[in-house]
Amino acid sequence: MIKTEALSKHYHIGDTIVKALDNVTLHIPAHSFVSIVGPSGSGKSTLMNLLGCLDTPTSGRYLLDGMEVSTMNDNRLAEIRNRKIGFVFQGFNLVSKLTALENVELPLIYSGASKKERRILAAEALEKVGLTDRSSHLPSELSGGQQQRVAIARALVTRPPIILADEPTGNLDSHSGRDILKLFQKLHELGNTIVLITHNEYIAGQAERIIRILDGQIVEDVEVG
Amino acid sequence: MGIWQAYRMAVKSIFSNKVRSFLTMLGVIIGVAAVITAVAFAQGSTKQITDRISQLGTELIQVNIFGRNTNRDLTWETLNEFALENADVIAAMAPQVTGNMTVKAGRNSLSTTIRGTTFDYSVINSQSVSEGRYILDIDSDLRQKVAVIGSRIKNKLFENEDPIGKTIKMGEQIFTVVGVLEELEDGAENTKDDQVIIPVSTAQRITRNSAIRNYAFLATSPKNVNEAMDRISEFLTGIYGNENMFRVMNSAQMLDTLNSVTETMMTVLGGIAAISLLVGGIGIMNIMLVSVTERTREIGIRKAVGAKRRNILTQFLIEALLITGLGGAFGLIIGCIAIWGIGKAGLVPAVYSPLWMALSFGISLLVGVIFGMFPASKASKLDPIMALRHE
Repeated sequence: MIKTEALSKHYHIGDTIVKALDNVTLHIPAHSFVSIVGPSGSGKSTLMNLLGCLDTPTSGRYLLDGMEVSTMNDNRLAEIRNRKIGFVFQGFNLVSKLTALENVELPLIYSGASKKERRILAAEALEKVGLTDRSSHLPSELSGGQQQRVAIARALVTRPPIILADEPTGNLDSHSGRDILKLFQKLHELGNTIVLITHNEYIAGQAERIIRILDGQIVEDVEVG
Repeated sequence: MGIWQAYRMAVKSIFSNKVRSFLTMLGVIIGVAAVITAVAFAQGSTKQITDRISQLGTELIQVNIFGRNTNRDLTWETLNEFALENADVIAAMAPQVTGNMTVKAGRNSLSTTIRGTTFDYSVINSQSVSEGRYILDIDSDLRQKVAVIGSRIKNKLFENEDPIGKTIKMGEQIFTVVGVLEELEDGAENTKDDQVIIPVSTAQRITRNSAIRNYAFLATSPKNVNEAMDRISEFLTGIYGNENMFRVMNSAQMLDTLNSVTETMMTVLGGIAAISLLVGGIGIMNIMLVSVTERTREIGIRKAVGAKRRNILTQFLIEALLITGLGGAFGLIIGCIAIWGIGKAGLVPAVYSPLWMALSFGISLLVGVIFGMFPASKASKLDPIMALRHE
């Protein structure tokens, strides 16, 4: 599913080169639930941006679902993000002017689905996260946990092979956070591939595999019981 | 993502910020309304004057004197003799002295045009009287204080009474009404019904205007107009020594002059229109740039879920187009109301020019494309990672 070979991302800050990510070789098979853990500044956000096709690597290869994406242009990357990846962000990142249903529809607008298709698929996705009765609410009318569930529905709606979650519980209270984690477990059981990026050990422990990253390199890669 | 989807998003965005959208549109609204109203005004007044000139007939020749026209140089009697000598091409000649004065009768008074002339003026302008008689040449010779009044003057000063034989006062002079002009324009203000005709010699005295600067000639037939004009020019050159002291024109030439004036007016209007739309366009660009900054995060989200550059560009461009399009449409509506109002108020006839309406609407759309392009392109080039981090 995800395969990286010596993936690196270097930034030039003045005269010094910062190796945000250095020679990361990684394999994440389909239907797995993986946590990527590391403290802030460890390079996990850079890895997330690269895995999420929001950025291109300085060197190395990245095969996503069998496709070499490291050399793709902006437009192709947008297409890949649309079809292959569902994002869940720490800050929810919902469009404030759009209702829950319209937010979930957003990726379908760019994949060219008809209005009817969009309505059906978005309603299905909202049902999966248990928010059917909130579909016409604006994000400001929803609690943090509900907003994050809308964001998860949006990530699911195109049925992407991978769901990338960046600190999905970071802005939530512990109760809502547990609900969201349960939802990820359920999605995993339904066959989704989930990559969870976090600095929180407890949350990381919910996955079946933990990849530890420090100073841009993988320092540990363990299966959890 | 199709254009229709982009359009729906633009509508949503515009309506979610009604006041700002309206203020942004205002530049275009004012620009378009001003253009079509000004054009209608120009075309309306041109039409009005053109109609007047064509009513004068093609045989009419107007002569204006610019030189120091003392009676020593040229008197109307001299020109009259000249006209009689050239009776083969000139049918009639009338001097004109005009001014504005207050006319009183009893307790009633009004301000009107006073025209000092001779009998031939009635021939040249096909004027006739409905009551009494017209000014005769003998009235001029004897400096009689007699007057022929338009129907408006009769109605205002004498109401239902018969004015013939009554007196009117102009300045310190008392005139006897000898005739009433036939009503031509419902007795309206500033028309042929709103004037007082008196003998030219009397007029020269009461307006303290001894110089006659205006003469009307009537050619015997349209084909003799040029010959008559040549002879008049030759005669006047003989008197003044050069051709810069007078102008000889007929209605065709007057129309030409009028058209060139109209053209100049249109060019000036076009310039003003261009400037106002430019200012409107800059306003739109300004607001769009603010909007792009405000919506950076939204743009980041859209890009993260798969929006391509083209999608974002289309979205913002359509938004700019919709703002200018709506502005243009409002401008057209307001302009049409203004034109209708001007026509209703009787200032100039209401002229609706579809060409200028289409043109100004088209230009407002063009302004949307031109000034929306930069902000839209800026939005489309945002880096999704940076945009998502934007607070």
